Amino acid sequence: MNESHRLDLLLSRSAQQSPDNVAVEDPGRSSLSYAELRAVADTIAAALRKAGVREGDRVGICAPKSVGTVAAIFGILTAKAAYVPVDYSAPGERNSYIFNDCNVRAIVTTERLLASLFNGDGSFAVSDKVEIPRADDLDLIIATRVNPSKSEVSVPPGLAYILYTSGSTGKPKGVMHSHATALAFVDWCSQEFKPTAADRFSSHAPFHFDLSILDLYVPMQHGATIVLIGEERGKQPLQLAPLIATSRITIWYSTPSILRLLVEFGKMDRHDYSALRIVHYAGEVFPPKHQRALRKFWPHPRYYNLYGPTETNVCTFDVVTEVPPDDYKGPLPIGRVCSGDKTRVVDLDGRIAKLGTEGELQVTGGSVMLGYWNLPERNAIAFETDSDGVRWYKTGDVVIEDATGNFLFHGRRDRMVKRRGYRVELGEIEAALNRHPQISEAGVIAVPDAESGVLIKAFVAWNGEKAPSIVDLKGIAAAGLLAYMIPDRFAVLDRLPKTSTDKLDYQKLRELP
Amino acid sequence: MTQRQDVKSTVRDYILKEFLPGESPEALQDSTELITRGILDSLATLKLVSFIEERFNIALEPHETDADYLNTIDSIAALVESKTKR
Repeated sequence: MNESHRLDLLLSRSAQQSPDNVAVEDPGRSSLSYAELRAVADTIAAALRKAGVREGDRVGICAPKSVGTVAAIFGILTAKAAYVPVDYSAPGERNSYIFNDCNVRAIVTTERLLASLFNGDGSFAVSDKVEIPRADDLDLIIATRVNPSKSEVSVPPGLAYILYTSGSTGKPKGVMHSHATALAFVDWCSQEFKPTAADRFSSHAPFHFDLSILDLYVPMQHGATIVLIGEERGKQPLQLAPLIATSRITIWYSTPSILRLLVEFGKMDRHDYSALRIVHYAGEVFPPKHQRALRKFWPHPRYYNLYGPTETNVCTFDVVTEVPPDDYKGPLPIGRVCSGDKTRVVDLDGRIAKLGTEGELQVTGGSVMLGYWNLPERNAIAFETDSDGVRWYKTGDVVIEDATGNFLFHGRRDRMVKRRGYRVELGEIEAALNRHPQISEAGVIAVPDAESGVLIKAFVAWNGEKAPSIVDLKGIAAAGLLAYMIPDRFAVLDRLPKTSTDKLDYQKLRELP
Repeated sequence: MTQRQDVKSTVRDYILKEFLPGESPEALQDSTELITRGILDSLATLKLVSFIEERFNIALEPHETDADYLNTIDSIAALVESKTKR
């Protein structure tokens, strides 16, 4: 790989050019200048090396967002390892699965969270404490695997991070990106958005969500400031609205869901947002009605709809100048190709779709992932190599290309739905429910919902004596799934309907109340 | 009915109607964990806060809108009571 093309060098260069600029700020809590962030990241890198972390090793991150976790990300990259961030509020069982799946050598976490991992079985031991200037309350530690085993999986060169997303078989799957695939996107952002050192970027998405790639690395390239919005504050519109205003955020990036909540619950009219110059959103469709409501409060920024599954970073973008009428029901534009990628649209027969006709969007180019961690069969399905030897990633998203090279989004081919911008495989929910001893079978469907976009309904066959309450079933789901995956509705049936070939009959489930 | 019981039954009815349609009222106890057991997600919590503010004519502080204060019907009733006694 190109040794000068590394994410951690973005920090090094800015630390040389503008050491005193604020690199990362956690409003009301702590902040680090570029020189300080470089120094803390170096200390973490040295501690990881001392603990046995070598080039290509994976290092987990399981901790709330803070200036310390940002330093940990750059420390891990500086040690030439790859970081694997997880949702610290997720069930310990799920996070332990992820850390074992990619065989992390070490984890940056807290003592309390470490106890929730691996059933506290002692397979990781604390090897160091992370010291952050002026932030005594951050209790980050480095925990190292006690009996490390060499991974059988060959690690692709230049691996920078693995982001786990919902998997249809019930196990999350790890999307691998390299320094180069991330930088293909980051470099495009710099050209398109022309950031300066004066910009203040929001970091609203958690680090295990791919929106964080823009939030973390684009500001680094320009000596600009990352304004951290912690997971708890980020969910509270009443705290978020004044934070955006008083932190004078200039570039905002989030899912449409949180923008909707801001408008609905944030008492937005109380604050001054004149610093905002760009608003990006991604992850899901932004209904015109809610776009219009947001623009009442924020009329002045430029709006960008960024599109791309985690596997591609961002591969198309649309500058949103006009909002369709509120009652518009048609497909919404996702814009044209970017990040130096190429796209094609392939119809159901495997032929290139004619302009104006539906097909699956496929992507190749610099920002496309290396592949899924240790899932050769999944990789074989996810990519298609054409007669010229070009490897195309199949997004599973159905689009129509218009005469001007713009794509319109028409939905999904499979059983994946988006909730608050997050991907949810209905199969993962079924698998989690099926793991419960009293559930003999579970079937999960998604139906459109005017208010929330999509409603997830679960049907279960119960083999216990007393039928469970909905409260019981929600609790069972919460024990194995992330909060946004928990079904909205539950129904208990004697047995689930089957097709003539004895498969679960989803059509019949849709007809049930 | 005391004021606290009145608050509890109002909140219980609201949660059952909005977030647990079809559930029998006995399944939702005063001590049932609402946020940590997956009954209220972040959007549902915001809706509940709006409802409580409007129904009981109180204003909750931003820090009072999380699981520390809203995780059970018991704790919600205590919070409402502390706001209305002043």
